[in-house]
Amino acid sequence: MEERKEMITADKLAYNYIKYDEEGREKEKIRAVDGVSFEVEKGDFVAILGHNGSGKSTLAKHINALLTPSEGTLWVNGMDTSDEKNLWDVRQSAGMVFQNPDNQIIGTIVEEDVGFGPENMGVPTKEIWERVEESLKAVNMLKYRHHSPNKLSGGQKQRVAIAGVVAMHPKCIVLDEPTAMLDPNGRKEVIRAVRALNQVEEITVILITHYMEEVIYANKVLVMDDGKVVMQGTPREIFSQVETLKSYRLDVPQATLLAWELKQAGLDLPDGILTREELVEALCRLY
Amino acid sequence: MIRDITLGQYYPADSILHKLDPRVKLVATITFLVALFLINSWIGYLVATVFLVSVIRLSKVPFRFIVRGLKTIFIILLITLVFNLFLTPGDRVLVQIWKLKITDRGLHTAIFMAIRLIYLIIGSSLMTLTTTPNDLTDGLETLLGPLKKLHVPVHEVSMMMSIALRFIPILLEETDKIMKAQIARGADFEHGNLIQRAKNLVPLLVPLFISAFRRANDLAMAMEARCYRGGEGRTKMKPLIYTGKDYCAYGILLLFLAAIIAVRVLL
Ligand SMILES: Nc1ncnc2c1ncn2[C@@H]1O[C@H](COP(=O)(O)OP(=O)(O)OP(=O)(O)O)[C@@H](O)[C@H]1O
Ligand SMILES: [Mg+2]
Repeated sequence: MEERKEMITADKLAYNYIKYDEEGREKEKIRAVDGVSFEVEKGDFVAILGHNGSGKSTLAKHINALLTPSEGTLWVNGMDTSDEKNLWDVRQSAGMVFQNPDNQIIGTIVEEDVGFGPENMGVPTKEIWERVEESLKAVNMLKYRHHSPNKLSGGQKQRVAIAGVVAMHPKCIVLDEPTAMLDPNGRKEVIRAVRALNQVEEITVILITHYMEEVIYANKVLVMDDGKVVMQGTPREIFSQVETLKSYRLDVPQATLLAWELKQAGLDLPDGILTREELVEALCRLY
Repeated sequence: MIRDITLGQYYPADSILHKLDPRVKLVATITFLVALFLINSWIGYLVATVFLVSVIRLSKVPFRFIVRGLKTIFIILLITLVFNLFLTPGDRVLVQIWKLKITDRGLHTAIFMAIRLIYLIIGSSLMTLTTTPNDLTDGLETLLGPLKKLHVPVHEVSMMMSIALRFIPILLEETDKIMKAQIARGADFEHGNLIQRAKNLVPLLVPLFISAFRRANDLAMAMEARCYRGGEGRTKMKPLIYTGKDYCAYGILLLFLAAIIAVRVLL
């Protein structure tokens, strides 16, 4: 088999939610994703940004074949997701982590939950144990393996959920606002675990988030608005367009915003400053 | 914290009984219950008592935990006792109070019935005290496995049970949270007559149900995303495997049943 470079390819992908009235007639059609085309390469860390209701979650569910396109095509690791016979392979290749940690942990003990995916795939018992151990280690949760998930913090629960996906040996992980319900500490833990998976295990990561600070680790950013992908590029390219982002009702990282405001006020700063360190350095260079 | 509650009445301890395969314990409990109804003589009860006491000793569960289960059936026990005592016809009348007679047969049946009920409860509590709810569902699923051929959804039911076990504490905590939120808004769950109180529960139940349905929806999606497609082709992380001590336990159980039957037939 030839080695493919791209992990996910979307071609004019569109999805309509259809609401029916009492008699079963089509009442309303919501076009949640509207003709989206993009490509994700193996090993990429892609962040997806967008205002509430811009269709991010709908798009994410396509990558895991929880939804199939109404129009257009989506290939995951070379497989067409609309093809029924690819369904389980697609779900195994592209794992998904959801927002609420409580609602995605199935097991009553941490290690049993991590083993749930491999069990479903029919992995032999001995290998399940190996996979559980290595995935818990990868998210730094091995010492909690015998705990009940109910007694873990939000960040820990979310890392267990990530381990549960990692144990299925996916090529790609889609995380739909995994940090939205966590405190700053939990957020850091989760993002650290996700970055390690991307860098060490070379798993492709697609991260949907509202926190701009998490976006700077990505090597590619997609901005969605009203079902369309309206901006694509590196974080630096995206965040240098502060005004365009504002028109899509999105924030920029604090350092970027400060640099931009300083620039508006007349300072000679470069575009696309992402971190506080970069800002300090740029300011020092001025004087 | 509500989240710390233990469901069922599992008592953690390090005993042979705790380590036995849940299937053995399920079969043993059923055998013991059947044996109790086969017994019809004092010697039979002696055999059962010896068996039960040794198992209790082996379990390392403190006695007060074992008898706690009896509290719940105290009333039933009392009623059975009274009815059997006064309403069984017999040859010899031992005591007569007004129109109520206690006969020899009545005394006999009442005592037998009481012992039977007490042993029954102790026997089944012993199983739930030494087996986690999860092991129990696992054991049930494997034991009832053959029923799958008759299209009984054994795997599905056991999956439902284990999911319920995981979510009951979460939903309880949520109930508590909603209740406090409603009390803060002036709701009253404690006063008024029964109908009023039931009415006051509506603002509690509606958000609880909505949230439970949302959770169920999320969970179904998360399970599907992790390749869940029913019991078929599924492997187990912790399969139930019999070891030496389990066979040993089955042997002892067989001996016990044989003794009970022998006592009934021979005496
Ligand atoms: N199950 C559904 N049925 C009908 N319409 C839906 C459904 N889920 C989402 N929508 C609609 O589709 C559009 C896109 O929703 P989606 O959840 O994909 O947005 P999102 O970008 O993930 O938003 P958020 O940031 O709030 O998570 C919204 O207009 C929403 O109302
Ligand atoms: Mg969403």
